[in-house]
This record gives sequence, C-alpha cells and structure tokens, in this order.
Amino acid sequence: MPTFDVNKIRQDFPVFQETIHGKPLVYLDNAASTHKPQSVIQRLCNFYSYEYSNVHRGIHYLSEQATEHFENSREKVQHFINAQYVSEIIFVRGTTEAINLVAQTYGRRYIKAGDEIIISHMEHHANIVPWQLLCEASGAQLKVIPINDEGDLILEAYEKLLSKKTKLVALCHISNTLGTINPIKQMITLAHANNTPVLIDGAQAVAHQEVDVQALDCDFYCFSGHKLFAPTGIGILYGKQTHLERMPPYQGGGSMISDVSLEKSSYREPPYKFEAGTPHIAGAIGLGTAIDYLNHLDFSAIQVYEKELLHYATEQLTRIPGCRLLGTAKEKVAILNFIVNDNGGKRIHGHDISDILNSEVGVAVRAGQHCTIPLLQRFNVDSTVRASLAFYNTQQEIDTLIQGLHIAQTLFKVSRTTTAQYV
Amino acid sequence: MSELRELYQEMILDHGRHPRCCYVMAHANRQAKGFNQFCGDNLTLYLDVENEAIKDISFTGSGCAISMASASLMSETLKGKTKEEAYIFFQFFHELLTHEQKQTPAIKGSEKLTVFSGVKAYPARIKCATLAWHTLLLALREQIGISRDQL
Repeated sequence: MPTFDVNKIRQDFPVFQETIHGKPLVYLDNAASTHKPQSVIQRLCNFYSYEYSNVHRGIHYLSEQATEHFENSREKVQHFINAQYVSEIIFVRGTTEAINLVAQTYGRRYIKAGDEIIISHMEHHANIVPWQLLCEASGAQLKVIPINDEGDLILEAYEKLLSKKTKLVALCHISNTLGTINPIKQMITLAHANNTPVLIDGAQAVAHQEVDVQALDCDFYCFSGHKLFAPTGIGILYGKQTHLERMPPYQGGGSMISDVSLEKSSYREPPYKFEAGTPHIAGAIGLGTAIDYLNHLDFSAIQVYEKELLHYATEQLTRIPGCRLLGTAKEKVAILNFIVNDNGGKRIHGHDISDILNSEVGVAVRAGQHCTIPLLQRFNVDSTVRASLAFYNTQQEIDTLIQGLHIAQTLFKVSRTTTAQYV
Repeated sequence: MSELRELYQEMILDHGRHPRCCYVMAHANRQAKGFNQFCGDNLTLYLDVENEAIKDISFTGSGCAISMASASLMSETLKGKTKEEAYIFFQFFHELLTHEQKQTPAIKGSEKLTVFSGVKAYPARIKCATLAWHTLLLALREQIGISRDQL
C-alpha cells in the first residue's frame, strides 16, 4: 500500500478506540453514514464553546468571526469539488434537500406538462420522490433508465429516452445499493447534446473519489456532509451560476432578501437567495474541517486501498455457499449487497442476519431495502444485507463479517430431525 | 450465542422456515395488509369470521424468521377462537414482548407463544414479532389498508 496506513487513520476516529458490549466496533454501514474524526468533533466543540454566534447579522466580534469561518467553509467546498465560483455552493441540510430544492425551484419554473424527466432504476428514494411530486404538480412525466443484471445502466436505452421532451436528467453518481459507479461524464455529454441539464446525486461518491464538477460539466451536484465524515444536517447543492441566477428562491425568510416591503420583496444573489433563515453554522464549519481532514490524506491511495478491500470482501463472500451478491458492475465502490441462504437453499432474511452480526460479532451492517424499493423489486428480493466500507475499514473486519455469516448459517442450519415435531 | 439462541428458539426457526396456515384464503370475509417499512416485512392476513368467532385464519407474505414465525404461531393459536379471546391473546402477546419486570400470566393455549419472550432483549425486533398481531387487529376491525406505526 503506497502512503496509506489504516491503523494510523483509525487513531483519528474516537469511536474505534471504544468497545460496544465488550466487542470492538466493526462498522460496515458507511453508505448510511460515516464516523467523524476527532478534528471534526473538536471543531464543533470549540466553535460552540468559544466562537459561537449567528452569521451575516451582528456587527460584533463573534458574529464577524463566525461569518468568516462559515464562508471559509464554503470556499473549502468550492475547491473540494472544483466549482468555478464560490457563489455556486449552497448550504442545505443534505442531499435530499438539495434535490428537493432543484425540483421546487428550477423544476417548477422550467418543467411543464408534457415534458419529461429521466431518472434511473437504481436511484435512492430521494432522487425519485421529489421528481414524482414535481410531475404530479406540473403534468410532466418520469422516464426510467433500465439496468442489467450486473447493476449497470443500459446506455442504449438512455440514449433512446433522450428526446426534445426531456427537460432534466437526474442520476446518482454511485448507487447506494449496488455500488455501481455510473459513467456520468459520458451521460452528461449525451444529455447536453440534447440540450438537457443534468443533476447528479453524489451522496455516495464524495467520500470515495475526487469530484470535479467543472470536468464533469454537470448542472447540479448534490451531497451530504454526514457521509463525508462531517456532521449531520449539513449538505451541499452545487449549481452552475447561470442556472442559479435564473432560479426562483426556495424558501422565503431572513438572509435571502435584499429588500422587503409589505407589498413586495427582492432577493439576494446566489447562494444567499437559497439560504433563508439561520443556517446550520456549526455543521457548515464542521464540513470544512472534514474537508481539511480529507485533504491531508492521499485520495488516490485511499482509492487503491478501498479497491483492495472490495476485492478481498467480494472474494470472501463469494466463497460462502449460498451467498449471492447483488451489484457486480465492473466499475463499483466497496458496497457489498448480498443475500445468504441456509443449507436448505432458503434465504435467511436480512434482518435476521444483521441482528446476528450485531449481537455475535459486533458487526454493524444495514439490512432491508436501502431506500431503493424499486431497485430491489428489479432483482426480485424484498430485503438484502449491505456491507459498505470506508477507508478506515480493514481486512480483519471483513473476516469478522464472514465469521458472523457462518454463525448465522449454523444457527439456521436445517437439521432434518427437528422439523415437523411442532406441527 | 446463548441470548441469540433464546431469540431464535428451534420452534421459531421451524415456523419461520415452514410457516403454517400460509396460503391465500379464497373464502376469507376479512383481510388486512401489514407492512414494516423499516425492514420490508409484509404480510396479508385472511380471516373467515362467523358468529364472532375466527372460523379460519391464514396469511401470506415475506419477512424475517421472527415475523414469519409470529404470523404462523398466531394463526395456529387463534384458529377457532372467538374475537374476544383473540383480543386477550393480543394483550398477552403485547405484554410478553414489552413488560420487562412483570411476569405475564399465561393464558390457556398461549404456551407456544412464550417462545417469543426472547425478543424482549432485542428491541429492534419487537416490531417484527408484533406485525402479524397488529394486522390481526386491522382485519378484525374490518379496516382494509396498510398498517405502519399507527397501532
């Protein structure tokens, strides 16, 4: 491994120094949310202890300082995703709010009856429902890019869906359930050739690869802080300046206006036009600190390391008899979604498995539908187990997961003599 | 593995694997759907109620071992019982899973249901075990709809 020392990294995260019910925590639920390094936790503590004040308001020392830190964070985000202007970075609560913001502002203004919005079959509910709401309100129609059995989007079908009616494409960068890395650069180019703007749900991407919104040329890019080692309740909407200027405001209130009279108000320039009310100041500052933390790591080394983990985990899971992986795209991140059968060929439910993993070997995974019900229906399963890795995970932790799965299979082992005695 | 064994008793594993009364009842006169949004467990409960008694009961659905075993054992237990008795069993089962200190007094015919007492140690699983029972209440009230957390 080049310049990456996982044991050193783990020292940065207080949660890994503790045990839960006497067992070290094996946290494999990173697609749901990531843990926070000490620096982020400390930053929140310091800010609330000694530096706290509202932003963009008071002409006093603390408020000026808080405003400066808050706006510094915006710049950090700008550089992190290589946006052209700092005004293209809007603070929101998370990916969900970012997508809803675009649907309710851009969508309501520019998408009308008869228009079409394209999404894919692998979207998180957060990138389905806001568009359905918009379609209901506007009379537009939702079109869905199908996927194949490996979990790749079928690009030929996408090209056929693009038409004069297509007014927006909304796609995940990386699937939270399958781990598939979508060829979004190529898909954005195709959409733009059709004069269609593209929104990218980057919730699962930012913690695992470098994102350059200018190179991608996406129109909107959304992500959450809490999946990026930052606090909950803070997220980012990136939008191209040209779009943001033309979009109506999202919520009305303080901070977003330039003038208010009882008859009519005028709004501020982006990003403030979209940030009504007191924002999550500490969260935004914490996000900046999380980005500082990531910037001092070697991202390409992280990617190599995570790929090795993915490779190892895939190999180990495939060896378990009766284990089937969902999502075997060639380009994917370390998200392992699977089902496990007992020795009689009957599926052990994900909820049973996750409980056994939790109580027997201290492994935290996600079981269920992962906010992607349509996707699971596509694979004809109602519940799966998902182990999602981050750079602080280790091979030993994957071994522990495998050990736990063996325990589950042992517990659920069909012994021919015991059945039917209770009938 | 002892606490886990307490949760996954052989009878639960058996009923989870081979649920009894698991079929669509053509002659049902009451029916309700239950859905646990948290984990995707879902079931449809069918009742044939005549003269205030559950003449026949069955279900279909998919879910974890706990939820399927619970639906199976509930159906077995309630077949032939009156509506009033069914409510008493509901109360018994509810207390079995939620009351830490109180020793839930056993009622006649409830012996098998006590295999679920281990669920108490796993709060996240209580909803799995009670899904069938909440769906039963819906069916008895003749409300056909989706049960989430309203009960």
